[in-house]
Amino acid sequence: MTPLLDVRHVRKVYDGHGRTVEAIRDLSFSCAPGELVCIVGPSGAGKTTLLKCVAGLLAPTGGEVVLGDVRVDGPPPGMAVVFQEYGRSLFPWLTAWDNVALPLRQRRTPPGELRRLVDGALGEVGLADVHAAYPWQLSGGMQQRVAIARAIAYEPRILLMDEPFAAVDAQTRADLEDLTRSLWRRHAMTILFVTHDIDEAVYMGQRVVILSASPTVVLEDLAIDLPGERDQLATRSTPRFAELRARVYARIQQAKQRSTT
Amino acid sequence: MTPAAATRRRARSPALASRAVLGTLGLLGVGAVLEVIPRTGLVSPRYLPPSSEIAVALVREAAGAAFWRALLDTAIGWALGLAIAVVAGVVLGVVLGSVRALRAATASTIEFLRPIPSVALIPVAVLLFGAQLRSVLLLVVYAAFWPMLLQVIHGVADVDPVARDTALSYRFTAWAKIRYVLWPTGLPYIMTGLRLSAAVALILAITAELVIGAPGLGKEIGLAQASSAVPAMYALILVVTSVRLEAAA
Ligand SMILES: Nc1ncnc2c1ncn2[C@@H]1O[C@H](COP(=O)(O)OP(=O)(O)OP(=O)(O)O)[C@@H](O)[C@H]1O
Ligand SMILES: [Mg+2]
Repeated sequence: MTPLLDVRHVRKVYDGHGRTVEAIRDLSFSCAPGELVCIVGPSGAGKTTLLKCVAGLLAPTGGEVVLGDVRVDGPPPGMAVVFQEYGRSLFPWLTAWDNVALPLRQRRTPPGELRRLVDGALGEVGLADVHAAYPWQLSGGMQQRVAIARAIAYEPRILLMDEPFAAVDAQTRADLEDLTRSLWRRHAMTILFVTHDIDEAVYMGQRVVILSASPTVVLEDLAIDLPGERDQLATRSTPRFAELRARVYARIQQAKQRSTT
Repeated sequence: MTPAAATRRRARSPALASRAVLGTLGLLGVGAVLEVIPRTGLVSPRYLPPSSEIAVALVREAAGAAFWRALLDTAIGWALGLAIAVVAGVVLGVVLGSVRALRAATASTIEFLRPIPSVALIPVAVLLFGAQLRSVLLLVVYAAFWPMLLQVIHGVADVDPVARDTALSYRFTAWAKIRYVLWPTGLPYIMTGLRLSAAVALILAITAELVIGAPGLGKEIGLAQASSAVPAMYALILVVTSVRLEAAA
């Protein structure tokens, strides 16, 4: 199958104020349509940088990102991004409902369809009763749900998520992981999910792309052969899960040792 | 006991009097002192007439049409110049703030032009427009433009990068980016710019009238001084001061 997203030899060097940082050295991988791919790498590996290049928010220094069969050189249509900083990504002077509706208004979605999409998305993330609340009246987990609802209502072909659950508590995090997986299965989207958490990457993904520390390359592109139906307790306690997470962990440790010696 | 002493005594027990009362008493106290000083001969009444005479002159001025005409002229020069400066400052500030290359290209020009004191442009204004409203406008616009421009550039720079990326990735229209991202962040900066610009605009309006002789309160002050109508001069200065307080509030 031709990939939906193709990242080809992307390199990114930040250059400014006399300080150059090679955030990404050479990254290549691809996502088939409908796949859920996790990117895992240590803090500072350039995961956010990579996601911004994929989202067309940042121009790569070298290489290219191709979506469908179009080269990305600006935010493409049909792509939604869920940022780590949900608090700053929602517009504080708009209600939850209006936050979800705003991107659809940009597309001149007819009012009836707009209402159906927004109500539907807020319902799916379990926020059917907080339409009129402002973001600052919601908990962190609820705010991130609004951001996810905004992305779902947008009906993207591909959804990018940048450490979306790094700032919520463990229980909320587990709920949001399951929510994301169930939305992914229901909507047949492609999801590129970035995290620094090895367990989360293995639990969420069909594949895990393991990044080295900076200067960043792909260490391994690992298929996760766990069953599609996942459960926080059962899946995480299977021997295969333990094997896979040990493998990812070892890969990252190995790269660390090689770079320090 | 003099009124000033009474004010001081009351000031020690602020629970007894509201701030407004204290303020009024303070002004009355100063008025009383200024009444007494020229009468004792400490300062010649020719330079500083007693405050009662200034008050009389003020009433006389307010009764004449020329005064209101001058006040209107000053207000027009101030408001028109401020409006032009604000619009220009906001538009240019948004453009320069948004386009990094433009900002870099204009930074040194701005740093060169901004410190030029507006009053140094008086000869230019006279040469170009003579003693007219347009001279006032040139100076007012020049002075009021810079605070506005700088505030707006800072405001644009203060836009949250996450909010900006959100707007970009959902492909907001240019109008929506301004309406939902730029405007809420920039508004407080615009208000600060407006306060700074309004104050400096009034100073320049009065200065231009006083020095160039363009119609307005400044010109009236100059005329009063030239014809030795010292109480009237002080009365007009009082008016200008209260207008300035209004503009700053
Ligand atoms: N705008 C920028 N200018 C210069 N350097 C930057 C910029 N943004 C990121 N960097 C640098 O690029 C490298 C990668 O940063 P990035 O934010 O992509 O890492 P990350 O993997 O997302 O980290 P984290 O897990 O902490 O979010 C870091 O060394 C960082 O200092
Ligand atoms: Mg990051």
